[in-house]
Amino acid sequence: MIETSGLRKSYRSGRRGRTTTVDAVAGLDLHVAEGEIFGLLGPNGAGKTTTLRMLATLLPPDGGAATVAGADLLTRPAEVRRSIGYVAQGGGTWDEVTAREELVLQARMHGLAKAEAQARAAAAVDSFDLAEYADRPCRSYSGGQRRRVDIALGVVHRPAVLFLDEPTSGLDPAARARLWAEVRRLRDAGMTVFLTTHYLDEADALCDRIAIVDGGTLVAEGTPAELKRSIAGEVVTVGVAEPHLAPKAAEVLTAQECVRSAEVRADGALRLSVDTGESAMPQVMRALAGAGIATATIALHRPTLDDVFLARTGRSLEES
Amino acid sequence: MKSLRDTWLVFQRHLLLMARSPLQIFLGVAQPVVYLALFAPLLKPALASMGAGTMADAYRIYVPGMLVALALGGGLYVGFGLLAELGSGVIERARVTPVSRVALLLGRSLRDVVVLAVQAAVIIVLAIPLGLLVRVPDLLLAYLLLALISLTSSAVSYGLALKVGNPDVLGQLVNNLAQPLMLLSGTLLPLALAPLWLRRVSDWNPFSWAVTGMRELFAGHPGDPAVWRSLALMAAVAVAALLWSARRFARTVR
Ligand SMILES: Nc1ncnc2c1ncn2[C@@H]1O[C@H](COP(=O)(O)OP(=O)(O)O)[C@@H](O)[C@H]1O
Ligand SMILES: [Mg+2]
Repeated sequence: MIETSGLRKSYRSGRRGRTTTVDAVAGLDLHVAEGEIFGLLGPNGAGKTTTLRMLATLLPPDGGAATVAGADLLTRPAEVRRSIGYVAQGGGTWDEVTAREELVLQARMHGLAKAEAQARAAAAVDSFDLAEYADRPCRSYSGGQRRRVDIALGVVHRPAVLFLDEPTSGLDPAARARLWAEVRRLRDAGMTVFLTTHYLDEADALCDRIAIVDGGTLVAEGTPAELKRSIAGEVVTVGVAEPHLAPKAAEVLTAQECVRSAEVRADGALRLSVDTGESAMPQVMRALAGAGIATATIALHRPTLDDVFLARTGRSLEES
Repeated sequence: MKSLRDTWLVFQRHLLLMARSPLQIFLGVAQPVVYLALFAPLLKPALASMGAGTMADAYRIYVPGMLVALALGGGLYVGFGLLAELGSGVIERARVTPVSRVALLLGRSLRDVVVLAVQAAVIIVLAIPLGLLVRVPDLLLAYLLLALISLTSSAVSYGLALKVGNPDVLGQLVNNLAQPLMLLSGTLLPLALAPLWLRRVSDWNPFSWAVTGMRELFAGHPGDPAVWRSLALMAAVAVAALLWSARRFARTVR
């Protein structure tokens, strides 16, 4: 449904002759299948918004090629526009008008006649469960309500592809869960959803497939399960009772045969990459006791998407 | 055809927004009303040189100039609203639709004309008891002239807003533009008092021509050549301003 190859965008900010160039997106190849929720996961500044805005025809790419819903992004942006919906990170409604009025306007801007637009707005109010507040000015909505209206506005013309930029950023857990359900419902109705997020759990739980990006380039692409499987082995985290001994503990543990690598995380805990956690844990405890380092906590977990990010970039996504 | 329909769509939305917060219209007219009450009496001796023997005469000279100032000055500030809309994401929402880009400009500019028409009506109604007298056909021509001025100033303001993209810079720019245009059009102070060289400079200011045309209309001389000249000149200027601004819209709001 969406194919990109070598997609590029640089921003130039010039201050009196001295210009600095930021390669926001530096050659991105993505493949998004029809009817899937595809997530672009990466830290702030990774180039997610820039990618999304290019694919939504809002920003001309500097290089590369892309097709969206079968139309070439560079040569037929008008055709692309007919098949897509787009919801910006901050949304966009006028304070003084109601959600219903906004839905009618948006449908009409997409070319629908008045009666048809009103029918679509009514259908959107029903399906997104907006009835309680759809006839109140947008100014009065909560964050979660506003976000649901934004998404309803993005799909009122029933596009084949929906772009969502950080759809749940700033929402409380309940509103977030609700929004995930809406997004899944759209996917189940056949829509292709392309979203960006910097939340690991969102990428993991909501997306069918994800691309991890950092510094404008692709770090990894696949289903969450595939990506996590690509990290061979398991992860053991160890908290030492005296944090200043953590570097020494890392040294001791790296020397152990069952430990592939050990590093000290920003919170002072040790993160060990091991083959099998069950057999490694007793050895780890023994080695630390032998070196006179007291262990406070020890835990075993399967690799997370953060471990994938860490393995490929050397940094933790949660900390960057 | 599609641009017309889309213009109507955008116009309707902005009319609705205006109706929901009408205070803005009346705040915009507050200053001219104060001028009406305070300045015109002060200026009466000065306006005597233009043939104002009575207070009523003074208002007949003063009010048309003030209406032009309102259309020019008020219109030049509409760009701030556009910058706010750009920040809020409502423009971006329109950009992903196939809506006509020219319509995004024209719909807004037409709303600005309506705002001006309401404000002008307030001033005219308030000035009638003070001695202002104007025939309906002359008033309609005056409204046409005001609409052209308002289209010009709002189109220029939107174009500048898109060009500079920053409210602080826009504010400086608009102030620096509005002051000389106003002074050199004799809107508030009649140019008859000005030295010759200043009058020569003001000949190059289309708004100065508009003021002259407007005064003839309020003096009851629709046949005066200044009237059709000002209408033709402002029509040309308005078309040029709209074309320039529409190009900016098409480029920025692609
Ligand atoms: N309009 C702009 N001008 C200059 N630099 C920009 C602009 N927009 C984004 N950037 C830079 O491009 C990079 C990618 O930004 P963005 O796509 O917004 O990332 P993300 O959405 O992943 O947080 C960042 O380094 C950001 O500072
Ligand atoms: Mg972003």
